[in-house]
Amino acid sequence: MANWIPLWLHKLSSPPTFYRFAGTLQPWATALALLTGAIALYGGLVLAPADYQQGDAYRIIFIHVPSAWMSMFIYGVMGLASFIALVWRIKLAEVVAMESAPIGAAFTFITLVTGSLWGRPMWGTWWTWDARLTSELVLLFLFLGVIGLYHAFEDRRQGARAAAFLALIGIINVPIVHFSVNWWNTLHQGSTVKVFGPSKMSGDMLWPLLLMMLATKLYYIASLFRRVRTDLLAMENGKDWVRKIAESEADR
Amino acid sequence: MSEHAASLSRACAAMLRRDLLLAWRRRGDIAMPVLYALIVTTLFPFALGPEDTLLLRIAGGVVLVTVLLAMLLALDAMFASDIEDGSLEQLVLSPQPLAPMLGMKILAHWITTALPLIVISPLMAAMLHLPAAVIPVLMLALLLATPLLSLLGAVLVALTAGTRRSGMLLALMLLPLCVPAVIFAAGAVAAAQQGLPWLAPISWLAAGLVLAVVLAPLACAAALRIALDA
Amino acid sequence: MSALHDFLAMGGYAAYVWPAYALFFVVLVADAIAPRARRKRLLRELRARLARQEARQEKHRAPPSSP
Repeated sequence: MANWIPLWLHKLSSPPTFYRFAGTLQPWATALALLTGAIALYGGLVLAPADYQQGDAYRIIFIHVPSAWMSMFIYGVMGLASFIALVWRIKLAEVVAMESAPIGAAFTFITLVTGSLWGRPMWGTWWTWDARLTSELVLLFLFLGVIGLYHAFEDRRQGARAAAFLALIGIINVPIVHFSVNWWNTLHQGSTVKVFGPSKMSGDMLWPLLLMMLATKLYYIASLFRRVRTDLLAMENGKDWVRKIAESEADR
Repeated sequence: MSEHAASLSRACAAMLRRDLLLAWRRRGDIAMPVLYALIVTTLFPFALGPEDTLLLRIAGGVVLVTVLLAMLLALDAMFASDIEDGSLEQLVLSPQPLAPMLGMKILAHWITTALPLIVISPLMAAMLHLPAAVIPVLMLALLLATPLLSLLGAVLVALTAGTRRSGMLLALMLLPLCVPAVIFAAGAVAAAQQGLPWLAPISWLAAGLVLAVVLAPLACAAALRIALDA
Repeated sequence: MSALHDFLAMGGYAAYVWPAYALFFVVLVADAIAPRARRKRLLRELRARLARQEARQEKHRAPPSSP
């Protein structure tokens, strides 16, 4: 274990400590996520004016772009946690990587469907095989593959390490797919559809978007903490600290 | 140092010979992917109509995807029998470096599953009216893409070694990895079909293959250690 | 009233905008609820297991009653 890692970080990676830490932060993260989300949605749906070209349909952007950003962000977090889990075998890193995958899959799914719903009225098509959409679809498969592989093992820790390995392979693969589809699209010029948002982002449209990005990030933290805490309980099943929690919750 | 290298190459040769011999003993299994590919290819005219102009437009892509699917079916079996009788664990524990040994297993698997498919690919292409001039490019693309798929597939099969595997999970994991290879292989065939230069996508495939030959056996060894040792 | 109606109509794109938002909320709510159910089940099973362990220990400690 590298000794430059500060002591508090090491302490934090101990399951009961993280359980408490996450337990304190999680309600705040949830509350802030809901608050910022509500403000952002009010700004986006009510306050912001209709777009010059796209009318009111552009308002999908306030959930589509933050979801797309989150899908990429979570993919990065999952990759980093997987790397740490494989190299240093830290239990917490394994749990963070594995529990990020379902949240990432959720955001990726939202991105694909909302993008499709936006594309239909705007560009006349539900789907197109350009680099960005195809890479996003491949990202969804990657998240699902990680989840599937993790659950295919009897031993959770072994499953986590195998799935972490797959996540790292996938991390390398998604940019490769993006590149190759880009090349392929330039080869077949016909069906390239330009994918972009409203022509210019005026201030009224920008701040709800940025605020929504913050809201989704807070949501991810809240959801991740919830999931990680539950997973830590499962993993540390026999330990005393889990037993105490089980008993204290029986009284409720 | 040269003695070490000599013993390694002897070990590799022995591994290759063993796997080829085992496959030969069940040579009926070699026919399965080939039959599957032929049957699937014949389904397309039934599904799309026998019109030549349509078929020859999709021929290259159909042959490629069919070969890919046939390989996917056979991929699961790469380590299966060795896991069952424990010889894979023995291999992992043996003093020989694991990566070259696995490289030989992958090579043996490719020889017995992909090579037959490449041999019949002109037949499949002809059934779909691919112009004869394009067939050499198709075979070259397959020659480069199939080992790439074998190498990538091997890493994934190693990851799932010893789990309650479902073929669907393997397909789900493999598909994203296949996309670039399929794109470049199909791109080469499409370019050749239109009389355009096809060397660029072939070069990309070759580069990818070289990278995979170097890295995949190492990744496969790491994956196997994760999956078996826990 | 007309303002609300205009809002809901979304300039004619209501069929696209509202399902998109609905999906967003449904998926995220499902994601938020899932761990909760799992946690309850986990703790319930753990308590049951502890209770069984205790019962077994009781049986060992108490002298076996003769049939």
